Amino acid sequence: MSYLTLALTLVFVLIPLLLSKSLGLGLEKDTVIATVRSIIQLLAVGYVLNFVFDSESFLFIFLMVALMIAAATQNARKKGTGIRGVTWKLTLTFVSIELLTQSILIGFNIVPATAQYIISLSGMVVGNSMVLAILFLNRFSAEVESNRDIGELILSLGGTPKQAIHQQLITSIKASMIPTIESQKTIGLVQLPGMMSGQIIAGADPIQAVQFQLLVLFLLLSTAALTSVLLGFLVYPTLFNERMQQIPWK
Amino acid sequence: MSSHQSPALQFSNVHYTIDDIAILHNVSGCFPKGKITALVGPSGAGKTTLLKLCNGLLSPTSGSICVNSQPIDQFEPPQLRRHIGMVLQNSPMLKGSVYDNLALPFRLKGEQLTKEEAVNLLEQTGLQRSFLEADALNLSGGQRQKVSIARTLGNQSSVLLLDEITSSLDRTSVQEIETLILRLNKDNGTSVIWITHNLEQAMRVSDYLWVMMNGQVVETGDPSLLDSPANEQVAKFVKGEQS
Ligand SMILES: Nc1ncnc2c1ncn2[C@@H]1O[C@H](COP(=O)(O)OP(=O)(O)OP(=O)(O)O)[C@@H](O)[C@H]1O
Ligand SMILES: [Mg+2]
Repeated sequence: MSYLTLALTLVFVLIPLLLSKSLGLGLEKDTVIATVRSIIQLLAVGYVLNFVFDSESFLFIFLMVALMIAAATQNARKKGTGIRGVTWKLTLTFVSIELLTQSILIGFNIVPATAQYIISLSGMVVGNSMVLAILFLNRFSAEVESNRDIGELILSLGGTPKQAIHQQLITSIKASMIPTIESQKTIGLVQLPGMMSGQIIAGADPIQAVQFQLLVLFLLLSTAALTSVLLGFLVYPTLFNERMQQIPWK
Repeated sequence: MSSHQSPALQFSNVHYTIDDIAILHNVSGCFPKGKITALVGPSGAGKTTLLKLCNGLLSPTSGSICVNSQPIDQFEPPQLRRHIGMVLQNSPMLKGSVYDNLALPFRLKGEQLTKEEAVNLLEQTGLQRSFLEADALNLSGGQRQKVSIARTLGNQSSVLLLDEITSSLDRTSVQEIETLILRLNKDNGTSVIWITHNLEQAMRVSDYLWVMMNGQVVETGDPSLLDSPANEQVAKFVKGEQS
């Protein structure tokens, strides 16, 4: 695709702009900001990736992944205000999941250990892990707040913090995983996954694109489960003090 | 039981503060062992807060609390809370059946509750066995209170903290619950701290009395002190409750 044709795609930005203007939606400014940001961010990433792929240096791969994890942590921690040490808990979660998934992928020779594979798959794993972390923290804080009396009841009967939080933890882990599982059930029927479409457009054999997409789906399923479970078990102890009393979330 | 025993619970200069707001101020006094102590006072006086300090659901900001003459923080919280059982003011119910709720204290220590034992617990509070399979979240306020009492009794605590446990009950049920608590006190020597808004109930059931106002203890002594309170504030409170 040439830059001229890319410029022509801006027609697709003009349509919402005109609609927003004529219907008084007031979304013109946000649309423009979103467009400009996506152009700058993606082009920058493209050039950086080009550079990293050419260099084939593991230091650069490592730095890229570290940057992704730092950005994901930064984004998700806003949802975890009030949890002691939420930054390192998120970092630990993302790092563990990244290490585990990459070890399996490379260790079993599922994908070659090249910058292309490591960085693309890490991006998907860390990105999804971040979304799951946000979903989980949102749900968990709501569950904890609305079940404070049950938590207190269990503690008052001689229960431990783990027993007092168990049901809220399980509910939140389940709830945060459901979107991932549900979307996999209808995949291919309602819409073709973006990555697979991209590969097919770029000329890949559809069956190969499907195989790769399946790998990604299973990887993300694992990511979803690991994120909520790891984060849940790291976060719940901070909701109690050493005398096994509930302390407020905020 | 001799009256010279060490108290079940002893408070010394206890303060409790949340966000710089004093909820309890300089509370001192004891709860005699094997006796029923009534704890009365207007809404917001700090009665529930005081009760939660007794079983370690809360810890004092300063001052000390002793259980059987030992500082309260020397006990492991789960053991302490089984030893000093509490019936919470709002009778929270676990999702599930009445049986699930009665089995909770047993489940928490990895034990089972047979159906017969559950029925026994239930019938002590005047509820029939047919309630065992009922959905706990659909019970009436009074039925919840009874299930909540039965559930706490599952731990066979030596000290019972009762927070307004008859507030939603009809007269007959109130009498049944009073008889039950008096029997536990007499037969097992259970010490009881009983918060009630009903001053007649306080006089009827208790051996000892605490009056609290604005986070402070204003009077402790024989329940009959309510008949002719020396303290002006208490006199006003008693009069208000009677009118
Ligand atoms: N977590 C909390 N945060 C802020 N204030 C609180 C908290 N818990 C209790 N309080 C305040 O402490 C005071 C005492 O509350 P407490 O529940 O002990 O009163 P009470 O004597 O049991 O009242 P009632 O008879 O209505 O049950 C109240 O003014 C209450 O608003
Ligand atoms: Mg209260």
